[in-house]
Amino acid sequence: MTGADGIHIGGLYKVFGGGPASVMPLVRDGVTKQELLENHGHVLGLRDINLSIAPRSIQVVMGLSGCGKSTLVRHINRLIDPTEGEVWIDGEDVLALDRAALRHLRRHRISMVFQRFALFPHRTVMDNVGYGLAMQGVSRADRAERAGRWIERVGLAGYEDSYAHHLSGGMQQRVGLARALATDAEIMLMDEAFSALDPLIRSDMRTLLLELQKELHKTIVFVTHDLEEAIEIGDRIAILRDGGIVQNGDSQDIVLRPADDYIAEFIQGINRGRVVRVGSIMGPVESGLDGPDCSLDAYLEDALPVVARAPGNEARVVDADGAPVGAISLDRLIGAVSGNDPPREAR
Amino acid sequence: MADWLQSFPTLDEGALRALKKSIDAGYRAFSRNYGDAIESFFDPLLYVLIWFERLLLGAPWWLVMGAVAGLCYASSRGVRLTVAVAVAFFVIGYLGMWDDTMRTLAIIFVATVLAIAIGIPLGIAMSRSNHVQAFMLPILDVMQTMPIFVYLIPVVMLFGLGKIPGLIAVVIYAVPPVIRLTNLGIRLVDREVLEAADAFGAGARQKLFGVQLPLALPNIMAGVNQTIMMALSMVVIASMIGVKGLGQPVLQAVTNQYFALGLFNGAAVVGLAIVFDRITQSYGRRIQAEREARS
Ligand SMILES: Nc1ncnc2c1ncn2[C@@H]1O[C@H](COP(=O)(O)OP(=O)(O)OP(=O)(O)O)[C@@H](O)[C@H]1O
Ligand SMILES: [Mg+2]
Repeated sequence: MTGADGIHIGGLYKVFGGGPASVMPLVRDGVTKQELLENHGHVLGLRDINLSIAPRSIQVVMGLSGCGKSTLVRHINRLIDPTEGEVWIDGEDVLALDRAALRHLRRHRISMVFQRFALFPHRTVMDNVGYGLAMQGVSRADRAERAGRWIERVGLAGYEDSYAHHLSGGMQQRVGLARALATDAEIMLMDEAFSALDPLIRSDMRTLLLELQKELHKTIVFVTHDLEEAIEIGDRIAILRDGGIVQNGDSQDIVLRPADDYIAEFIQGINRGRVVRVGSIMGPVESGLDGPDCSLDAYLEDALPVVARAPGNEARVVDADGAPVGAISLDRLIGAVSGNDPPREAR
Repeated sequence: MADWLQSFPTLDEGALRALKKSIDAGYRAFSRNYGDAIESFFDPLLYVLIWFERLLLGAPWWLVMGAVAGLCYASSRGVRLTVAVAVAFFVIGYLGMWDDTMRTLAIIFVATVLAIAIGIPLGIAMSRSNHVQAFMLPILDVMQTMPIFVYLIPVVMLFGLGKIPGLIAVVIYAVPPVIRLTNLGIRLVDREVLEAADAFGAGARQKLFGVQLPLALPNIMAGVNQTIMMALSMVVIASMIGVKGLGQPVLQAVTNQYFALGLFNGAAVVGLAIVFDRITQSYGRRIQAEREARS
């Protein structure tokens, strides 16, 4: 696991309490979180986390409150030290860094966005956004110029000299985002960054983030407890439960092949038509189909009218170059949208 | 019945006297041996105090009044408060207490600066370590509950009568609030904001001066305010060990039963207290208001 690009987490355990080492044998034997708390006075934060995050991808970490999402992301920039395990970033052992090297890592290579914004209330928007640059030792003039660009980029031009608390929640988080982007760190940790915002503003922020990501290609670790958000944003989604990863896959894996009942329940309410893509459920190529074509990447919802109009209610599925790669029938489509899809029964 | 059940078992008189004597003798020996060294250690302070007192006494009254009013306006941005402060000073001067007021002003100012210089670092140290806090809190409690006269004794034994023992007594009495509120203010800084500073790679010093102290400032100012009030309340007692100022006429008034003299000088102390209180409070409130619009 060393030497590779991206973030690699291996065998990571975190136990909170007076003597974590003393209860580690129990934890390794799989004691439940509840039993550990009630009988041994320790809180299980994370249990045997193994996770590799490809560079320039968005990894979502999802799960219910208290499952360890925040604890997990804080291991990446070592705001929390593990009880056991390893964290590597681009082939560098994060846990072996001394203080100065760790500060350098946090100043230059990892930035962070917080759920409750965590802006500095005594600083202006400009000085908030420039904070990371100040920590890097960038001169005041350079800072103003670079921070100013990011303020504009997140749509806050004109607010440079305001204090953060005069802004609305959505605008405050734009400041938080600009502060994280300004350092040009290749990794950005976002701990429920949009959870405190109204639904509409939230979706604006997601759009902004995805737009930025198209240009910036950062490695983003995005924590959320909202499945729709996870699916919209994540290249991969890791689902945590009681400190352990239950499943890690792309949105198609999670929705079509939930690893267990817990996840099946999680995805129950989701609108599959807007999540699942034709390519994930299509059948093998069939000859004799020449009606309208359906794209591999089309969402089921968008494929429905096409297939419904096709002769025999069956359409060819083609890849980006127009070459046929499969076939999709109306029955199959409807089955998948309603959750009774052939690949695997959800429950 | 046994004797010790009937009357309280006390150390017998001879032993008790010997104990007290040996403590006194020990302390006396200490002050004989080190008194001069300690006194000369405080000499620079004495110079500053005397210099400042001369400055206030030597400057024309309108200049001093202008300076105080200017300070008041700068910290509060309130015209009415500024005018009220100027009027208060004018009345004090008109009633013949100008010089004593300047002397008191000098010692209060120096004592406050000293208390801040000692108190803020101690408060910071307390905020960083629970051990230091656990060690300091009982000491602060004792400092604030111990009758003032009790710690006047060793100070006077060491320094005799005069300005320096007075100053030291005032500082010891007045320093706890700055220490407590600096500690509290830093501990109350939002954890997430501190975490953000950490996440962007701030070092300990950058966090302290860039985030913790600025955010603790309203609380620290509340501590400074209390410290000034406590220093002022020491004025009369300090005059008993030879500190000149508004306290001495009060003391004189008590021993000679001059009611009006006591009343006027007492009122002047109150006037000073109100002036300082309003200035520090409105400064604290102003920086607080700049931030607190958030909630
Ligand atoms: N410093 C700590 N001391 C003790 N227990 C802790 C500490 N930090 C976290 N925990 C516990 O570890 C578990 C995981 O916490 P964490 O904050 O990572 O959860 P989360 O998934 O981020 O939850 P949320 O959605 O509420 O933010 C929880 O049970 C929590 O109580
Ligand atoms: Mg959390």
